[in-house]
Amino acid sequence: MSARNLAIALAFLALVTLPFWMPGIYYINVGSQILFYAIFALGLNVLVGYAGLVSLGHAGLFGVAAYATGYMLQLGYGHTEAILVALVIGVASMALYAVLSLRSTGIGFIMITLALGEILWGLAYRWISLTGGDNGINVPTRPAPFGYSLTVPTTFYYVTLIIFVASVVLSAVFVNSPFGASLMGTRDQPRRMNALGYHVWMIRFYACLFSGLLTALSGILFVYYTQFISPQTLSLTSSAEVLLMVISGGPGTLLGPIVGAGLVVVVKNVVSGFIERWNFLLGAIFVAIVILMPEGLVPGTARLWRLAFRKRAKPVKTETPS
Amino acid sequence: MSFWLVLTVNSVTFGGLLFLLSAGFSLIFGLMRIPNLTHGSLFMLGAYVGATFVVGLLGFQLNFWLAAVIATLTVAAAGALAERLLLRQLPGDQLAQVLVTLGLSFMAADFCLMVWGGDPLSVETPGGLGGFARFGVAVFPIYRLAIIAIAVVVALGLWLLLDRTRLGAMIRAGVDDPDMARVVGIRVSQLFTIVFALGAGLAAFAGIIGGPILSVYPGLDQDMLPLALVVVILGGSGSLLGSFVGSIIVGFIYNFGQALLPELAYFVLFMPMLLVLLLRPQGLFGRHVP
Repeated sequence: MSARNLAIALAFLALVTLPFWMPGIYYINVGSQILFYAIFALGLNVLVGYAGLVSLGHAGLFGVAAYATGYMLQLGYGHTEAILVALVIGVASMALYAVLSLRSTGIGFIMITLALGEILWGLAYRWISLTGGDNGINVPTRPAPFGYSLTVPTTFYYVTLIIFVASVVLSAVFVNSPFGASLMGTRDQPRRMNALGYHVWMIRFYACLFSGLLTALSGILFVYYTQFISPQTLSLTSSAEVLLMVISGGPGTLLGPIVGAGLVVVVKNVVSGFIERWNFLLGAIFVAIVILMPEGLVPGTARLWRLAFRKRAKPVKTETPS
Repeated sequence: MSFWLVLTVNSVTFGGLLFLLSAGFSLIFGLMRIPNLTHGSLFMLGAYVGATFVVGLLGFQLNFWLAAVIATLTVAAAGALAERLLLRQLPGDQLAQVLVTLGLSFMAADFCLMVWGGDPLSVETPGGLGGFARFGVAVFPIYRLAIIAIAVVVALGLWLLLDRTRLGAMIRAGVDDPDMARVVGIRVSQLFTIVFALGAGLAAFAGIIGGPILSVYPGLDQDMLPLALVVVILGGSGSLLGSFVGSIIVGFIYNFGQALLPELAYFVLFMPMLLVLLLRPQGLFGRHVP
């Protein structure tokens, strides 16, 4: 078993047993937050890391799924219907996003997704008859699959963990599949991929849909966690927060966004206990990471690790071709 | 009748403010190829710095116009510093530069909250411009008309600067083809700092000039940035005429949208932008596709 697999197994074990060694409900709830934000970050990472498309409007999609859940419940539908409709609406919104924003890449993509996110925020804020405006929508109940009520923090944690693990596995399969390889091809060499006969636009579009699915999943978990959704969730700040998770951890890696989500959620929860200036810190971390460690914490640390390790290792024998 | 007339004047006034805000945004975008996401913060910062002196938070009050000049210069210097110290660290990496401006905008917003608190500051209309002008049946606040005049004067000044001076020619060359501009000996990176400072100063000026109408409050930055973005996408980056026309259009859409379709005001605001992106991605008067 390599060091990497061992570390992953240990981390998994720690996650599964977390409710047993964490001192209180508060910490279990922080754990749930980290997990669903990690799903969100994984979803954004599909675009930022693997497709090279930076979206600044993902909080809008996250919020649409959350609002859809809340609104369906308000209309009197059950949890199953609400969740299914929210997933469909989330992915459909992402499809709309993609159709509008995939006309360009790079800066153009950022600006269009930013504008789309602002539109959704504006709708949530102003379309009071549908969204309740600033008052938001309350979600009074949590579902109880197979009789396990999610109002118990530990149960909520485990359900989130299951969905989280499924999302990680799904992302790993997605990234390591031939499709994932072609997606990275469109990131690095779009014209060459086009010349090779790949439909670059379509590949990006499918990647967007997958990203939308993960984003909608995390949005639904979020709304059940907070039992409340308001326009604040869709704001540019939220989009930037999740982008910070991806970029700080390391875009284009599976572990990076998870570590980033943990970092941001922990810093946010711990720091806001001491000072009010979370946004200032968020901005400062953002600037520092972009300038000092642009590849993110996980690849950055891995690079340092390899550098330190290699110094002690014997020089590798080169095979002489016979 | 008078309702429509007042709405029209308000639209043009707001368009004038938007022009002051977005002209710099457009030049920065045209030259450096990045949407400067701190632009709303610069607007807010200018408004706060100016309001500090107008309201007299430091214990003494200054004339409105003197305060406006101080705010403009302070923020212009801050913009130049940010460009020199931070954006300069990432030459050619536009994506990273955008992210840095995003991070800076959060820091600026929180900084303003820390220094000036959460309560809105209302700025008094400068002396002599507080009254109303009467044209036939319609009555207009003089200050709103003054803003339109100021915007037109600044537009003319900017046009002269860009079209008639050596610096303007260098900026235009940088917007059109930065690499070729470098080859012929223009120090484009120096232009970056100049244009960034100019844009920051203009945004701050717009902030304090807009103070009496909009008042100064936390979140002003988040309200203004999307508008600047819409203007520049509509008008096209790097084009002064584009930002002028775009500002007036957005001024009208914003005011009429708020008045007639308050629930969908934001949607109405962004629709023309999406249409332009779909049908004419370089904007109405722009030369580059972003």
